[in-house]
Amino acid sequence: MKKNLIEVKNLEKYFETSAGLFSRKKSTIKAVDGISFEIPFGESLGLVGQSGCGKTTTARALCLLDEKTSGEINFYNSDTKNMESIDNLNDEELKSFRRNIQMIFQDPYESLNPRWNIKDIILEPLNIHNIGSLNEREDAVVEILKTVGLTPPENYLPRYPHELSGGQRQRVSIARTLIMKPKFVVCDEPTSMLDVSIRISIMDLMLNLAKDLEVSYLYITHDLAVARYMCNRIAVMFNGKIVEIAETEELLKNPVHPYTKRLISSIPVPDPTYERVVYDIDFTELENIISTDTKNIGMVDIGNEHFVATHDVKGIL
Amino acid sequence: MDENILEVKNLNMHYETISGDVAAVKDITFHVKKGESFGLVGESGCGKTSVAMSLVQLQADNAKISSGSITLDGQELIGLSENELRSVRWDGISIVFQGAMNAWNPVIKIGEQIREAIREHYPNNTKLQNIEKIKELFEMVGLSETIIDRFPHELSGGMKQRAVIALALSCNPKLVIADEPTTALDVVIQDQILNEIKKVQDLLGLSLIYISHDIAVIAEMTERMAVMYAGRIVESGPTKDIFANPRHSYTRALLESTPSVVGDKVKLNSLDGEPPSLIDEEFGCSFSPRCSNPTENCKSGKSEMGLIEVAEDHFADKCCVECG
Amino acid sequence: MSNIEKEARKKIRRAAINKNWTLFKQSRLGIVGLGIVLFFAFLAVLQPILFLTGVWNEGVYDPVVGYEPERFELLVVECPQQYPTEKYQEPNDCPARGEVNKVLVFDPSVSVGDYYETSLQPAPPSSKHILGTDSLGRDIFSQLMEGSQVAFLLGLLSATVGVALSTILGSIAAFFGGRVDAYLMRQSDLVLMLPFLPLLFIISAFVELKVWHLAVVLGILGGLGGSVITIKSAALQVKVKPFVDSARITGGSRMRILFSHILPNVAPLALLFMVFSVTGAIASESVLSFLGLLNIDMSWGLMIYLSQTDGYIFSGLKYWWLILPAGLSVTFLAGGFYLVGRGLDEVFNPRLRDR
Repeated sequence: MKKNLIEVKNLEKYFETSAGLFSRKKSTIKAVDGISFEIPFGESLGLVGQSGCGKTTTARALCLLDEKTSGEINFYNSDTKNMESIDNLNDEELKSFRRNIQMIFQDPYESLNPRWNIKDIILEPLNIHNIGSLNEREDAVVEILKTVGLTPPENYLPRYPHELSGGQRQRVSIARTLIMKPKFVVCDEPTSMLDVSIRISIMDLMLNLAKDLEVSYLYITHDLAVARYMCNRIAVMFNGKIVEIAETEELLKNPVHPYTKRLISSIPVPDPTYERVVYDIDFTELENIISTDTKNIGMVDIGNEHFVATHDVKGIL
Repeated sequence: MDENILEVKNLNMHYETISGDVAAVKDITFHVKKGESFGLVGESGCGKTSVAMSLVQLQADNAKISSGSITLDGQELIGLSENELRSVRWDGISIVFQGAMNAWNPVIKIGEQIREAIREHYPNNTKLQNIEKIKELFEMVGLSETIIDRFPHELSGGMKQRAVIALALSCNPKLVIADEPTTALDVVIQDQILNEIKKVQDLLGLSLIYISHDIAVIAEMTERMAVMYAGRIVESGPTKDIFANPRHSYTRALLESTPSVVGDKVKLNSLDGEPPSLIDEEFGCSFSPRCSNPTENCKSGKSEMGLIEVAEDHFADKCCVECG
Repeated sequence: MSNIEKEARKKIRRAAINKNWTLFKQSRLGIVGLGIVLFFAFLAVLQPILFLTGVWNEGVYDPVVGYEPERFELLVVECPQQYPTEKYQEPNDCPARGEVNKVLVFDPSVSVGDYYETSLQPAPPSSKHILGTDSLGRDIFSQLMEGSQVAFLLGLLSATVGVALSTILGSIAAFFGGRVDAYLMRQSDLVLMLPFLPLLFIISAFVELKVWHLAVVLGILGGLGGSVITIKSAALQVKVKPFVDSARITGGSRMRILFSHILPNVAPLALLFMVFSVTGAIASESVLSFLGLLNIDMSWGLMIYLSQTDGYIFSGLKYWWLILPAGLSVTFLAGGFYLVGRGLDEVFNPRLRDR
């Protein structure tokens, strides 16, 4: 039995929007509609889906950036050796809890304060949590820069983000994230804006660091090929719900849910001789079924720790 | 069938900026055959969009074409007046820009905007004829007729991009340039758009230049392709040949660094370093700092760049062919 | 901090200054504006130096209490009853320059055709007083320099107060949102609706306004008005940037995020506002001084006010040195700051910069 680092149960996040300028009627958008998953220690989960499916909302709720509407988020407490809900934390506990969770953002041009130099950017988490003496902090920054491959560190410390390339900035983001030695890092498409030749080196860096520092990732992406490279397990999200979740290779070789099939068959293959066959489905119908079928909520295990949403999709199969 | 619709020879283009001249396009030579789809692949800043802009002569004000020739169907484009160019731009070449779907005028109906473009080129057509034409175009790209009376904000990203393609086809161009037409879109929608483009191309026998940073898309979409690096074409030829037998280290690196969902999971190889700044003067091979196997000549900057034919219709940069 | 790091830091700072200067240089208007501002700054600094080094005698050249009328010999003439005559076209022509009307010389021993020695106030420019003297015999050039000091003091002080206020309030409104935002926005609306000059009239009726009082009042009125709304919208854009989220995830306090992340990123815009609001402050001071509502020793507005109360303002160009130097100074310095603002816009505005 694997030990879980984080467990998410029936997470819901609704947004209220008013229908019009003078209308009092409000409509609710179910951005995340009751999703559950867990991530064991040292493993990474890929959250895959198209834009607007709720994957970024999930990430923001997990990082405690936005308040969730309902549901449970349990995190492993290393002191008590138990899973504990993060709702019960008081302000002080919450602040120290935040050391455990970090996030890497998609846009390396926007995720670093343009008015700060690299040293201050990486120092900030240490300053916030008041860790170590000033000298120790500076040494830690130098050390982490070496770890993420920005050498010699002296060349990077006084520079500003706009003087670095996209790949270097993403390395700085990773350095800033990891300087707190978090256990759990949410990655929101961290390589989607990077060039192909640089992308792999960033992904490799993240994989190596995960192994060395025992970090678990929640890796959010729209690209299954990237998720395959990065993650042990993949959860496919559609319209705020997880429709299928399984071991990466199992999911790719043996997709069950029509949306997963459609997604996998949509990805271009870097081989001109390969004849890709698209598995076409009717999206409007799928959306209807998922949003109206309230009887069959839940996931069923079809073996191999492969879970599929239980709503009735026979009509589009 | 083997006739060339477009020939580009030794094209050089640079931007004049306050920090100095940026050589964006260096000595580019390629051709596109009639009815063929040609891929241009490379990282951001490698000059692929600059090439596209030069082809339609829509480059920025500070861009200067210093030498070279562009012939479209036998007609030299460089040196044409603005008026002559305007007729070439839609009748001859039309272009689908990156993010063009966000370029619709938000207060004019989609159909109206396309009709305007058609009217410009076919002033003798009646309104009814034009509308018929738009319906035909919409059917071709998989849009329903009702979209004609919709405003851009009522459409999804995918629908807007389809409408852009319809617009690009509206004046029966000989050559369509698609510059990253699916970059901001989701995989499923990208897949649909790519299908649409393929279908239209078959239907109309169009020649297509497809520009992308994604080598997987190029593999699916094109018959011949060119790989660009730091303003130069480093390898060009039939797509299948290049994928089967890449001769340039950069092409190889691109292939090795692209993940796939089919086949066994393979270890991907990264390419260290960053592309060179285009402001600096070139010394020898611009790829040598990142090359996995540079020769002494390469490292000392003595090697010269230039394409040589390594197999039939398959060209690669001299320097790298020597490196092996 | 190692030595290498210090070196690198120095180099980077120099490079940043160079780049910004290059961008600023591209705007010719900015350079012209900077030239004008520097010229007036030079004037402001020059006056105390002239006094200290003894080039100027304070008794003579002090802008407020200095006095040394020029002595002139004037030809005594008798102005005719009827115009035009051979010599004078109209009443205004008599007495002409260098002449004095006999009626005005209350000395019976003087007769027409004599030369009469008198002090002339206001005296036209001469080698001693290069811009002449005012109606009290005070050196105009010295007054101009004093006015320049006042203009800089007032402009910069009020702009600093105003911008500090609007930047902080704008950022707070953006960051906290909700009721705080609503309150601050209504306050801005209210201040925007207040008629600016009449309000200052009323204030000056109750309080004796000195220069720095005025600077603070102008600063507060400017800082509560429309600039809060503009800074707020800029801060809102910063607030949703991932680096702000990143600080929040790490556990950064609200104050930290506000002061370390949001404020520095709206600072360039604030600086731009500051430069533009100097223009407004200088112009407002001139108007208030001209209306005689300020308790102030000397300023450009006061110079024009004095020429008016002494009745010279409607004399056309005949007594130009009483009006033009001060009027042009107000126009040029206010304009100069505006042009510097335009130049800075070139540096800060990313839309203009990405070329």
